[in-house]
Order: sequence, then structure tokens, then C-alpha cells
Amino acid sequence: MSGHSTYEPKNGFSRWLDQRLPVTRLVWDSFVDYPTPRNLNYWWTFGGILSLMLGVQIVSGIVLAMHYTPSASGAFASVEHIMRDVNYGWLIRYTHANGASMFFMAVYIHMLRGLYYGSFKPPREVLWLLGCVIYGLMMATAFMGYVLPWGQMSFHGAVVITNIIGAIPVIGGPILTWLQGGFAVDNATLNRFFSLHYLLPFMIAGVVVLHVWALHVVGQNNPTGIDPKSKVDTLPFTPYATVKDGFAMSVFLILFAVFVFYMPNSLGHADNYIEANPLVTPQHIVPEWYFLPFYAILRAVPDKVMGVVAMFGSIGVLFALPWLDTSKVRSMRYRPMAKLYFIILLVVCVTLGFCGAKLPDDQVIPGLETFKVMDSDLNSFVWLSRLATLYYFAYFLIITPLLGLIETPKPTPETIASPALSHPPTTPAGAAADAEKKG
Amino acid sequence: MLRKLTVIAAAAMTLAAGPALAASHAEEPHDIAYSFEGPFGKFDQAQLQRGYKVYREVCSACHSMKFVSFRNLGDKGGPFYDPKYPNPNDNPVVKALAADIQVPDIDTETGDAITRPATPADRFPHPYPNDYAARAGNGGALPPDLSVIAKGREGGPEYLASYLTGYLAPPKGLTVPAGQYYNAFFPGDLSSGWQTDRAEDKKDPPPHGGFVAMPPQLADDKVSFDDGTKSTAHQQAVDVAAFLMWAAEPKMEQRKETGFAVMIYLVLFAGLLYASYRRVWRNESH
Repeated sequence: MSGHSTYEPKNGFSRWLDQRLPVTRLVWDSFVDYPTPRNLNYWWTFGGILSLMLGVQIVSGIVLAMHYTPSASGAFASVEHIMRDVNYGWLIRYTHANGASMFFMAVYIHMLRGLYYGSFKPPREVLWLLGCVIYGLMMATAFMGYVLPWGQMSFHGAVVITNIIGAIPVIGGPILTWLQGGFAVDNATLNRFFSLHYLLPFMIAGVVVLHVWALHVVGQNNPTGIDPKSKVDTLPFTPYATVKDGFAMSVFLILFAVFVFYMPNSLGHADNYIEANPLVTPQHIVPEWYFLPFYAILRAVPDKVMGVVAMFGSIGVLFALPWLDTSKVRSMRYRPMAKLYFIILLVVCVTLGFCGAKLPDDQVIPGLETFKVMDSDLNSFVWLSRLATLYYFAYFLIITPLLGLIETPKPTPETIASPALSHPPTTPAGAAADAEKKG
Repeated sequence: MLRKLTVIAAAAMTLAAGPALAASHAEEPHDIAYSFEGPFGKFDQAQLQRGYKVYREVCSACHSMKFVSFRNLGDKGGPFYDPKYPNPNDNPVVKALAADIQVPDIDTETGDAITRPATPADRFPHPYPNDYAARAGNGGALPPDLSVIAKGREGGPEYLASYLTGYLAPPKGLTVPAGQYYNAFFPGDLSSGWQTDRAEDKKDPPPHGGFVAMPPQLADDKVSFDDGTKSTAHQQAVDVAAFLMWAAEPKMEQRKETGFAVMIYLVLFAGLLYASYRRVWRNESH
């Protein structure tokens, strides 16, 4: 976005290489000289954290694949072999398993950041769409990865989720057989899931390159949502953004390490330490926490096909968001009404996640007798998820388009540097510039 | 303020959503003060040894532990670890314990199926030749493998210990089916046996617990402990549950030790980066 490249080769070799393959120039322009808005807050560090997590997952996954046996008879035992006999195998496996959760936690924060500050609005629509594609690939990867240990929840989760495809009229059945590699989830399913689980992360990495490319064409959004007008509004990526990202990453790693070393199984389900048995169905089949809101939406709709449509629609609606939002103001910092509905959306998403973990017919308020509506008691989790699902879709399809038309936003500042920034410089400007040298 | 709230909400969501499952209808397991709890907790070696004895003399008659080898008993953090023998295959106690047990093998001279005393390299043998035999010997129920059972049950070792001593007298109005036993801690469904004549009781939900196929196994003095610990049924249950926790997570001590070093490193590293961040940004408003 900054126009001219400022890269100057320093010696003969770099000059020679720059004329043949300007890869050093690319890195310089993208990660050193690249101008970033000076007012980025910590919510903007999650892009870097996500790249780190993708790297962690790929590296730990490749090592796990060296020891893992993708077969219905050997998978569970090979995971135990990794935990018991492979040197630091427990560390690699717990890193990979908890890494998936941390990856999703970071991606949800990253997406909500984009939602709140309007990072999907022109000219960043393609950037947002690529992000949605990455999220879809992540979900497919995580689902298939969860099947690989071949525990009870792996197996029966795979049965439930693949059978969703079978709900599609006419073509659903044949597609289901094709997907499972047979008439039931079995060895063939496990093998293809392993193959695809290894493939998809590299596809994610490819789309991440496009995502970063698109980002660097249009430039970063910022908490004010207004475009940088001059050089005063921006700072070079290195050292300013690199050191801030680095600090945020290390704090994130501390949280990650707490899970890996001190509560490695707290995010998982005990049933997955029981070897898969097609003849015994677990009492409650629940997905991992990061899929619970979608599971709640699936179960909220009484009709199976419509439930599947709603579940995929809840992700599909994100793709349409850039064209659903009619507001000219990007950041919700200046949109008090939008901010309120956004906070309700946050609460609704957490509620959906909670409902996904509960039995649909259990009472939300214990002991409160109510009446039945549409075959379910009003005081039940299925009704709570129905209301939450309604709000989720209303937020994107009704509230977001309407708000832009009816609300009166607060005045936005002229430039990024003009409003009173929250952190003024701590030393007089005379001592400047040496920070950049040290970077 | 909003920022802080969101951080707290995100953290709470992550923590709450994982184990949040519909309540199973069983009694809450007893709270047992195990030595391996907490970030610095270690296994109590004497307890693991007692637990192994309970497993060997009681549980192993029906339950396999197919992922555990005799050599694991002498691994670091294990019940019979001896610093003199870093290679557990050399550990004489482990060798002797293995030799007590007969394992199936093939005579390489004749090809006949034989049994021989186990070596530390052998896995714990299966008590039954196959699952059909196991079912036939246990009234149709298959005794689960115990290798990772402490991680495969909600509540872990505390649940296991509570379960093993949870064969309480059935509540009035509960009919226990033949060949089944009432256990207050087992997450099952008692509604099939719940009948009560009193009209006002009919609305009552069935009591907590479930029917299990395994009869009560532990009793006072059923296993004699070599270290002089009084062998009550409760003590046996607590000890064997600790042993099963070790079997399910044999690298727990290594994990926590590594974790401590990693935390120190990461906290220092984060502090250093924060200082760098403050220094780099000190002349820039943001």
C-alpha cells in the first residue's frame, strides 16, 4: 500500500539476488518497512499469534505422524505408544491437542476483532473472505484430527457429523457412502481423514499467504477505523509491531503452557480415552468446545435438514457480512448502538456454546415448571438455543443492515494521530530515533 | 473496562465449556487428598506399590492392562523405580515381579503355544484369551481394560476410589436385577428398578447411581500390605486408584517438572519482551 519499495541492497550478493529473485525485498517491504497504524491495540496481535499456532500445529503434527498408525485396530494403541514410549511424546501430543484449542481461541478473538472494528468493510472484503475460508479449513482439519485417536468420542463424533451429509435429500446418501469410504465409519474413513488431516494445514498455509498478501495490499485497519492519511499516522512494522507481537505471543504461550503442562486433558472429554467401540454409544456425544455453538444451532432446529442448513448458514452468513453491513463508519468505537448489539452477540455465542454442551431437554432453571411449545418445554436448553440462534441470524441479517441506516454515529476523528491517543510518548521527543536504530 | 471484561469472558468460556457436560445422575466422588495433585504433585511411591499389589491380587483376575509393561513399574516416577537402576529392565524387584507372572508365548523350536515367566519387557498379560471368554466369565459383561481408565472416567482416580467403595445398601423401593449390583457412584440409570408403592413417591426421580455387573471386590484385609499400612477396603480403593492414575499418566512427574522450567523461561522471556516493547515505543504516542 505504501507504493515504492525502500529496500536498498547492502552488498554485491544481495544486489545480484535482488535483480534475479527479489525475495529479500519482499520480506523487507512486508515485515520491516511495512507501515502499520500507530494506534493498533493488543487485539491486533492475534494475527501473529495465529501464524505461530499454525506453525506449532504443523511441526508437532508432522512429528506425531511419524509415530501414529492410521488404522482402526492400531490407532488407539499408537497414541498410547506416543504417550508412553516415545521420548517426550506426551509433550508433542499434548501440545498438538491443546494447540488446536488455543488456535481456535485465537481465531475467535481475531474474528471478533474484525467484526468490532469493521475490518471486513471496503476495501478489505477479499481479506475477510479469505479469512472465512481459512476458518472453514480449520474446522474441517480440527474435526478430522479429533477422529484420529479413535477413541469413543472420535468415533461417534465422526458418525454424527458425517451423517449430517446424509440428511441432504436425494444425493445425501451416495455422498455419505463416498465420504465414509463404505457404509459406516470404519478403517477406510480413518485412513482418508488422516490423509486429509495432513493435507489441509498446508492448504491453510497457502490461504494464509493470500490473506497476508491481501492485507498488505489494502493495509491494516485500526481501532479508529479511519485510513492513515500521512506518515505521521504509521510506524514501520519492525521494530514497533514485531516487538509488540512478540510480547503478546509470549504471554499467549504462557497460557498455552499452563494447559499443556498442568491441565492437558481439561479441554478434552474423558470418553476419548476409551477405545472406539461401534457397539457402545457414549451417553452424550459432544464435540470439542470450539464446535459447541454450531452443535447447539444444529440441534435447535426441529427439522434435521433445516438444522444442517442453519448450521452451515451460520458460517455462510459470515461470507456475506461485507455486503450486509450498511454503515459507513468502520469502528464500533463510534457506533454506540452497534456496540451494544455486538456485546449481546458475544453473550449469545457463549450461551450457544453452553447449550451445545447440555442435553437439549434439561432444564435451564432447575425445578421451574413451564409449558410446552413445539414439543419442547420452554424451560429447556433447546429453547434457549433456539432463541440464541434467532438472535445470531438476526444480528447479521436484520440488525447489521438496519443499524447502518438508522443509527447516528459519534463523530470520527480526522486522522489517527489527531485524537488524544491513550498513550502519549513517555520521554521528550528530543531523545527520539535511537529506538529505531536498535530494532 | 470493556477490554478486561472481554478477556475474562473469553477465559471463562474456554475453561467452562470443556468439562461442562450434562450432569450424570450419580453421587459426587469423594474428595481424596492425593499426593499427585497440584502443579508440583508427585506420586507417593509406597502408595503406588500398595496399589499395584491390589491390582495384581484382585483386579488382574478379570481386567487387562494391555498398554502397561512390567518394565514401566521401574520407570522414573513408577512404583518400583530405583535410582540405582536407570534401566528398569535391570531392576531386580521388577524382574522378580515379572517372573511371578506367566505369559503366553510360542516355543520357537516346536511352534507350540506355551507359557513362560514374564520378563520386564513383557506387557501385562490378558486374563482371558479373548473378549468372548471375558464376557462368558463375567455374566455377559466385558471387564474394561484398565490402562487409561483413570483418564477415561469423569472424575479420574477420585471417582474410581469412590466407585470401588460405592456398593451401598440399595435404597428402599429399588429392585436390583439378578447378576447386577447397585453402586451409588456409577453414572447410570436406575429407573428400570425404581418402583415405589407410596403415591407421593411416584413423582420422585430414581436415586443417584447405577447398576453394575461387577460385584464388590474390596474388603478389609483382603490384600496384605507389606509396609504395615492398615489394609481397609477404603485404603485398598484409594491406593489402587492412585496406581491406575500412574498407569494412565506415567509421565506426569516429568510433565510437571518440565512445565515448571518452561514457565520460568516463558515468564522471563515475556518480561524481557515487555521491557523491549516499552523501550522501543517510549518516544511514540499510540
